[in-house]
Amino acid sequence: MMPLFDFPGGIHPPENKAQSSAAPIRQAPLPPQLHVALRQSMGNAARPCVAVGDRVAKGQLIASADGCLSAAVHAPTSGVISAIAPQPFAHPSGLPELAITLDSDGEERWIDRQPLHDWPQRSGAEIRDFLAQMGIVGLGGAVFPSHLKLGVSPLETLVINGAECEPYISCDDRLMRERADAICDGIAVTRHALQAREVLIGIEDNKPQAIAAMQAAAAVHGFGVVAVPTKYPSGGAKQLIRLLTGKAIPHGVRATEHGVQCFNVATVYAIGRAVLHGEPLISRIVTLTGAVDAAANVEALIGTPLASLLALARPHRDSHEVVMGGPLMGFTLPDLAAGLTKAGNCLLVKSPALFPPRPPAQPCIRCGDCASACPVSLQPMDLFWFAKAKNFDKAQQWQLFDCIECGACSYVCPSQIPLVDYYRFAKSEIWAAERDKNAANLARQRHEFRQFRLQRDKAEKAQRLADKAAQAAARQAASHSAAANLAPDVVPGVDPKQAAIAAAMARAAAQREAAPLPEQHSSGLNDAKQAAIAAAMARAAARKSADDEAKAANGQPSSPPLQSSGLDDAKQAAIAAAMARAAARKAAADQARANQQPDS
Amino acid sequence: MTAIHSTHIAKPATVSTVMLKVLAALLPGIALSVYCNGIGILLQLLLASLTALAAEAAMLRLRGVAVLPALKDLSAIVTAWLLALSLPALGSWWMIVVATLFAIIVAKQLYGGLGNNPFNPAMAGFALMVVSFPAQMAQWGSPQLPLDTAAQWQWIFLHTLAPGAVPDAISSATPLDVIKTGLRQGQALAGLLPSSAAQGLVALGWLAGGLWLWQQKLIPWQTPLAMLAGLLTLALPLWLWQPAQYASPLLHLLQGGTLLAAAFIVTDPVSGSTTPRGRLIFGFSVGLLTYVIRVFGNFPDGIAFAVLLMNMTAPLLDQYTRPAVFGHRKGRS
Repeated sequence: MMPLFDFPGGIHPPENKAQSSAAPIRQAPLPPQLHVALRQSMGNAARPCVAVGDRVAKGQLIASADGCLSAAVHAPTSGVISAIAPQPFAHPSGLPELAITLDSDGEERWIDRQPLHDWPQRSGAEIRDFLAQMGIVGLGGAVFPSHLKLGVSPLETLVINGAECEPYISCDDRLMRERADAICDGIAVTRHALQAREVLIGIEDNKPQAIAAMQAAAAVHGFGVVAVPTKYPSGGAKQLIRLLTGKAIPHGVRATEHGVQCFNVATVYAIGRAVLHGEPLISRIVTLTGAVDAAANVEALIGTPLASLLALARPHRDSHEVVMGGPLMGFTLPDLAAGLTKAGNCLLVKSPALFPPRPPAQPCIRCGDCASACPVSLQPMDLFWFAKAKNFDKAQQWQLFDCIECGACSYVCPSQIPLVDYYRFAKSEIWAAERDKNAANLARQRHEFRQFRLQRDKAEKAQRLADKAAQAAARQAASHSAAANLAPDVVPGVDPKQAAIAAAMARAAAQREAAPLPEQHSSGLNDAKQAAIAAAMARAAARKSADDEAKAANGQPSSPPLQSSGLDDAKQAAIAAAMARAAARKAAADQARANQQPDS
Repeated sequence: MTAIHSTHIAKPATVSTVMLKVLAALLPGIALSVYCNGIGILLQLLLASLTALAAEAAMLRLRGVAVLPALKDLSAIVTAWLLALSLPALGSWWMIVVATLFAIIVAKQLYGGLGNNPFNPAMAGFALMVVSFPAQMAQWGSPQLPLDTAAQWQWIFLHTLAPGAVPDAISSATPLDVIKTGLRQGQALAGLLPSSAAQGLVALGWLAGGLWLWQQKLIPWQTPLAMLAGLLTLALPLWLWQPAQYASPLLHLLQGGTLLAAAFIVTDPVSGSTTPRGRLIFGFSVGLLTYVIRVFGNFPDGIAFAVLLMNMTAPLLDQYTRPAVFGHRKGRS
C-alpha cells in the first residue's frame, strides 16, 4: 500500500541509520543503582508513594500521577529505595529534578502482575484507567500520557507511527523487525479501546525489513501497513496522519476531532505489555549511536544512568557531547549522571569529526529555502525576522505557534542560522509575557476590589451616622411631643411619622451608596470585564442597602443572600464571591450591632 | 558555548557557495559577450569587482562589522558583475566605478548590508547612471566592433581612439533605443532592426546560466517565467496588432538584457518577493512594467525601473500572499 497524500516541505538529510539498525535489541545489564525521575510525562511530576528504606518489587508503584497530564512511575527493578532527592535530569534546562534512587537487589523480583486478560470485554474507559495506572506515555518523544488519547471513541482511523524519520535512530525499526506480533497485539487492544474502524501503520520506505515484518504480523488482524516515502518529518503525528488519511489537522485541533488518533509503535507495544502481561512501563528501547564503536539498540530500564548505557556502545575518544533524541530535534544532555527517562529514544554521541560545529551565522538573504522545507508551510524567514526584532505580536500573526520545531528550516538554511532556537525563544517570551499579564490582571482585580471595599465601608459608615442622627432626632421629637402635650394616647416608642422620615433618609443614603459605585471603576479594564465587576459591585451594594433598609424598617434579621452571579469568567466569579462574603460579613456585623441596641 | 537545543546537523551550504554558484552561472554569458563584443567587458568586470570590494570593506569597517567574513560572502562581487554586465561595455571607467560605489554604499550598506537592502543594488546603481548620464549610458559598442583589445582598454580609460578608428563603433545606441527613436521619427521598423544575432547569442548565455541555477535550486521558476510572461503579455498582442509599429516579442526577449534580468536580477531573493504567489506577481509585474517603460517611456531600457518599482511592493506582496499554513484554510494576516 502506498500513501496517496503528501505534506508540504520536508527534507532529506543523510539517514545514518545503518550504523545502529543492524544491531539487534539486547538487554542492557542491570545497573546497581537507578535514578527514576518523577517527571516522566509532559505534566506534573508524580508524587512519591514510597519512603526511603522501603523495599520494592519490580513493577511496584513508587509514585502516583499528580494531575491529569502526569504519569504514574513504577519501580524498574526490585530493590531498596535509597533516596528521594533532586538528581540530574535529562532536560535541556539542566535543572535537577526530584528522583527516586533505587538500589537494585539483583533479584528482579516482580510484583504480582495482573493483566487485563478479558480486555475484549472491557470498555474503553476501563482500559483507559488501567493504562493510567500502568504509567504508559507516548514513547515517540512527547511523553504524552497515553490513556488521555483513548478518550474519544468510536474513531475513524487509528494511525500507528512507525515512520521513525529522524536520522540515526533505529529503535522503532528494530522493535518492528523483532517484535511485530507483540506490537500488533498492542494495536488490537488500542483499537478496541478506541473502537477504531481501520488501522493504518505508517513506516518510512527506508525500513523494508520492518515493513515486511509488520505486514506479516498485521495480516492476521487486518491492519493496513503503508510504506511512506522517506522524508523528514514524516514521523510527526500530524504529518503522518496527512500522509495516511489526507487529513491536515491544524495547530490547536485534536486529531480525534477529525476522527483520527496516532500512536507510536513503541507506545502500542507498551500498551500490549501492560494489558496482556500486566507489566507497567519500566523499560524502553534506546538507540546508542553516533561517534561510537559499537552502535547498538538496548532495552534498558527507566532510571538507568545514561553514562552506563553509553559505555555499552564505547564512544569515540574525541566525543564531546551526547544528544538525547535525534540530530534534528534532540537536545544536548547537560549531565550524563541522569537516569533514562521514558522519552529517551536515542543517545547520539557527538564528536567534532562527525558533527563539525556550525559555521557562524550569516545574514538572512530571504532565499526562501526554509519556507520550501517547512512541513507546515510557515514563512520561517519572516518568523526569524520578527523573533529577532522581538516583534512577538507579528510572530503570532505569522502563526509562530503552528511551528512544530522540527528543525527542517535550520537544516537547510544557507546562512547557517539556528532558526528553531529563535522560534523557541519567541515562544518562551510570549508564554512569559502571558504569565506576567495574567498576574498583573489578578493584581489589578484585587486592587479594584480593595478600592470597592474601602468605598463601600465609607458609605456604610456615613449611613450608620445618618441612621443614628435620625434615631436621635426621632427620640428627641418623641420625648418633646410627650412632654408638650400630655395626651392620653401617648404611644411609647417612635412616632410613626418620624420613623417614616428616618426610613426615607436611610433609603436615600442607600441609593447614594449604590449609585456612584459603577462610575468609579471606569479605568483600564476592557468593557466586558468592567461591566461584570461593576454589576457584581452594584448587586452587592444593592443587596446591602436592601438588607439595611429592611433592618431599618422592621428590624428583621436578614440571612446572607446567595450570590446569583451570571458571570462567565471564573476569576470574576471568585471576585464576586469574595465581595458577597465581605458583604455578608458586613451584614452580620450590622445585624449584631442592631441586636445590641434594640429599638432604642 | 554550544547551543544546547539547536539542530545538530545542517546542510553544508553557505551564502558564499550560493553566491559563487551565481557567479559561475554568469560565466557562459560573459564568455559569449567577450566573443561577440570584445574584451572590454572583462575590464569592466574587474573595475566593478575591485570597487565593490573596496567600498564594501570600507563600509563594513565604518559600521563596525567584521570585514573579512562579510567580504567572503561574495555578494558584493555578484552586485558588481551584474552592474558591469548592465552598463555599456565600452563605457568610461568612472561610470562603472560611480555606479558600483552607489550600489554598494547607498543601496546596500546604508540599509544595513546583505539581507537588509530593499532595492536591488545593481539596479539602483544602473538607475542612478541612466538618470544622471543618459548620453553616456546610451553609447553601446556596435556588435561588429573593429576595436582590438588595446584600443578598447584605451577607450575605456582615456576616452581616446587610435588614429583611423571609426567613432561610429563606439557611439551606436542599443537596438531598443534605436527602434524607439527611429519610430518616433517616422522611420519604418524593418530598417531599424539589428542586423546581427550577437545580442541574441549572449542572451542564450544568460538563459543557460539561469537554467543551471534553477536546476541547482538556487532560483525558483516562478519569478523568471512570470517576468517573461508579463513582457510577452504586452509585446505579443501589440506586435500582432501593428507589426510595423511594435517590435517583435522575440526582440524584446533577446534584447536589452531581458534574459539577464530574468535569470539574475528579478530572482534576487533579498529585494524580491519570497512567497510562491508573490514571486509570480512580482515577476509578471516586472515584465509588464519593463515593456511599458521600454516602449512608451523615455529611457532606453525599462528593466531597472521596473525592478526598483516592484522592489517597493515586495514586503506587501509577501504579507498578502502568504500560503495557507498546514491545516488552516488560508493565511491570516
